[in-house]
This record gives sequence, structure tokens and C-alpha cells, in this order.
Amino acid sequence: MTIIEVTNLRKVYGEKVVVDDVSFTVDRGEIFGILGPNGAGKTTTVECVSGLRTPDGGSISVLGMNPRLDRKKLQQRFGIQLQESVLQSRITVAEALDLYASFYERPADWNELIDRLGLNTQRNTQFGKLSGGQKQRLSIALALVGSPEIAVLDELTTGLDPQARRDTWDLIEGVRDSGVTIVLVTHFMEEAQRLCDRLAVIDAGKVIALDTPSGLASHAAAETRLQFRPSRPVNETDLLALPEVGEVHVNRGHVTIAGNENVVQAVMSLLARNHIVAGELRVDQATLDDAFVALTGNSAE
Amino acid sequence: MSKSLTKLTITEWRLFRREPAAMMFGLAMPIVLLVILGSIPSFRKHQANLGGQRVIDLYVPIVIGMGLATLCLLLLPGAMATYREKGVLRRMSTTPVPPSRLLLARMLIDFPLALIVMILAVLIGVVAFGTKVPHQPVGFLIALVLTTLATQALGLIIAAVARTEGMGRGLGMILYYPMLFCAGVWVPRADMPHVLRRITEFTPMGSGVQALQDSIAGHWPAASQLGILVGFIVVAGALAARLFRWE
Repeated sequence: MTIIEVTNLRKVYGEKVVVDDVSFTVDRGEIFGILGPNGAGKTTTVECVSGLRTPDGGSISVLGMNPRLDRKKLQQRFGIQLQESVLQSRITVAEALDLYASFYERPADWNELIDRLGLNTQRNTQFGKLSGGQKQRLSIALALVGSPEIAVLDELTTGLDPQARRDTWDLIEGVRDSGVTIVLVTHFMEEAQRLCDRLAVIDAGKVIALDTPSGLASHAAAETRLQFRPSRPVNETDLLALPEVGEVHVNRGHVTIAGNENVVQAVMSLLARNHIVAGELRVDQATLDDAFVALTGNSAE
Repeated sequence: MSKSLTKLTITEWRLFRREPAAMMFGLAMPIVLLVILGSIPSFRKHQANLGGQRVIDLYVPIVIGMGLATLCLLLLPGAMATYREKGVLRRMSTTPVPPSRLLLARMLIDFPLALIVMILAVLIGVVAFGTKVPHQPVGFLIALVLTTLATQALGLIIAAVARTEGMGRGLGMILYYPMLFCAGVWVPRADMPHVLRRITEFTPMGSGVQALQDSIAGHWPAASQLGILVGFIVVAGALAARLFRWE
């Protein structure tokens, strides 16, 4: 069931077209990723979806409502964690959650959220004294305190150390498992690959791809590379004769082969038939990163 | 009062209490100033050129005005602009409760605080320096309430639009010093040339302090002064509500 529908969204600031033509749908219960380089229009897109900004063109429907016209009603069922938003520096974790819970008609039990997000020892810590990871967790808790059906999480793990980032991912999966639909804005490939069911790649205000992470990866770079050091020289012509093999390079005893997804199997069989052992074997499969570079023409970070 | 406004007001009050500097600056200053002025012997002497009044008598309504100006024109816009700059208002605007509700919460805190401090200033004046108990207490209270609201409304315009803390404080200063002048901080209103006194009456501080001064002396505040105060409350208040932005 579709619960967010964005059609030909357009947003202009003065002369600058920030969002040019963005369309996508989000289904109930999925984690939908919005991926793109910095300045691609990701945040503006989710700000329009959440009713914070008025689009200059196109239409948006969230839970069957227009975010601009039914803003108050929608915001009861919609939680958002925005990048670069902070709280009053002297407010404590418990006070912030208690305050934000009072904004909603059917708030979640915020004591339970504190437990779930591992903020128990920080209950009475002031916002200004929390670490980056703790602030992010509080921010997620605030996005969930109204028991929303949809939660938008914008650049959630930017600035977190790798461990904190992985913990946050586990947490988001837990939130999804509790039945909340999640829109995740990110520029981390690894994050999108790990969490998202589907994702839209946005570049220069346009959706340039919309697929599952693995679909995107295989689509953009249908190439597998393997590299090894053969126990004795291999006949290049034999390798090239294999239908799975595209290119072969031999360089100082190292053989590099590019081919389709079955290339590893084919090459290994050939080597086995010739009693050659492949040492230092390495296989590189296309990742979302490759797909991203292929699509946008620039690297993600 | 709705649940969210109650919670917001309680939270803002707690946060305000955690900033002792703002607390001291806003609340203790008028009282400290009154005590300092009252300690100067010549200020306690009756002066023929002030119609037999003492300087300290004139300064009771002036320090009240000054305290109000500090609270409403410096502290409130500074706090709101900081919230806007840091994204506190942006964060709130994603909830069903509009961020402008924060302004209301701040007013609910500032208003009784201002009244308490001002009344305290009068009491200390009376007890320590023998200044007059307001001879027209009802008029005095009306003038006090209206002056507080009018100054708040003026400060709210800055609070509604200032994008950064610096801008909030800067704009606040631009209003603050002229308002102090109108209140009579440098030249007491009784000493001002007639024309200047009439001109400065078109500001909330000018009219407000004049109305306070008159009601202390036992006169009912002039309708024109009360009218100007009400005008500021309505016009500046509506303007602030219209101009309010979360970014």
C-alpha cells in the first residue's frame, strides 16, 4: 500500500532550482532511501513531504493528505528527524521527551523510548552535554515520540563513529520492525545498502534511478573483476575463449580478468582443468558505490 | 491552557532558571540600580527645579522602565533568535504545535516576573528611601500592565524575525537605548523640555514611564498615554504574529 506519493515535485529558491523533477512512492512498512550527493535536493524534498515548505510545482500526498493543507493533522502521524536541528542547550533528555510528547494527541510512552534508545543513564543530562551519538539517539526518540506511522530520518549517521553508526542501523531496523515506515535520507552507500528496501537516487534535483539497492548495483556495473597469481603462466587465448570473460590483463605474474557474474566459476574450472592453482585470489563485485558513481558521475563522499 | 502550552511554559521557566546571568541581568538590575541611586546623598535631597521632588523619586518609574526594556528588548529577542539560529524553532515546526507557541510561553513567564520585580522596586524605594507609595494605585497597576505588554510586543517583533543571535541582540540594542532615553534614564522626564517630552510620549517607554510617574504622584494616567500603550500592544503584537518565521 502506497502511503507517500510524490509526483513531479519542483522547488525553486530565487533563481536556483533545488528540486527539479522528483517522483517516487513509498509503501507502508518499508525503509525507503533517498540517496544523493550533497546539495542534490534531498533535504528540500523531505521538507516538502513533511509540510515544512511549499512546493513550487508537482503534487505530494502523504497518508492521503496534502502536507501543506492538512499539516497539523498530518504531523500527528508523521515524525521527522532533521539534520542541523538542535534543542535548547540546557534542556535534559527526559524534559525534552516529556515536552515533545505533550505536542501529540497519542504520544508514545517516552520512558520506554528512553530504554529502547539506550539513553537511560543520560535521562537528566542536558542536551548541550550529550555526545554526538547520544544527540542522534535523542533525535530519533523525538521523531518517534508521537507514535508516528511514518518517520523521516535525515542524514542520521553523519558525524558518528563506525560503531555508533552500526548501533543506529540496528535501531532503525528495530523501529521498522515495530511497524513504522521509514524514509531515510543519506549519502552513505553502506547505510543505504544495509537498510533500504528500495531507494531513489537524486542528483541535481532529479531522480536518476529508483530500484532496490542490489538491483541498482547490478544494473549500473554488471561487471565482476577477479585477480590472482597463477602457479604457472596461463594461456591468455584460452581465457579469452571463455564466453563469460570480457577482458584479460597480465601484469608481472598477476592476472586480472573482467567479465559477467559467472566469470569466477568459468575461470576457476579452466584453471582446475589445467592444474593451475590461483594464489592471492581477489574478487570485486559491483557495489552500490560503483552504481552511484556510474549514475551521478561523482563519488558519494 | 492547553497541555502543550503548560509544558512549554514550565520547560522555558526551568531553562530560564538555569541561566543565572540572564536572571540577574533582567531581574536584579532595576533593584540594584535603585539602591545605588538611592545611596547617593544628593539624590535624596528635595530639589526646587524638580518641583520639590527628589531625584530618587523620579527614578522609581525610570528603573521600572529600564528593567522592562532589558527583559523585553534584550533578553527575549536574544533568546528567540538563538532558538531560530540553532534550529530549535525548525525542530518544533515539524510537530503539530507551532513554534510561535514558544513566544507565548516566554510572555507567560516574563509578564508575571516583570510585574513582581517592578512592584518589588517600588516597595524597596518606599521602605529604604521613603519614595512615595503610588497615590493612584489602580492607575499605577494599569500603567504597569500596559507598559509591560507594550514593551513585550515591541520586543516580540524582533523575536519574530531576527535570524541569528547577533542580529537579535543588535536589533534589540537599536531599540533599547532610544527606549532608555525616552524612559528618562539620562534626562529624567520631568527635566525634559516640553517638546521632547511630547515627542517621546509616542513610544511605549515614554508614555509608560510618564503614566507610572503620574500615577505615583496621585494623578490618573492621561488617556493619550494609555491609548498609545494599547496601540503598541495591538499593532506591534499583530505585526509580530504576522512576521513570525521559524527560519
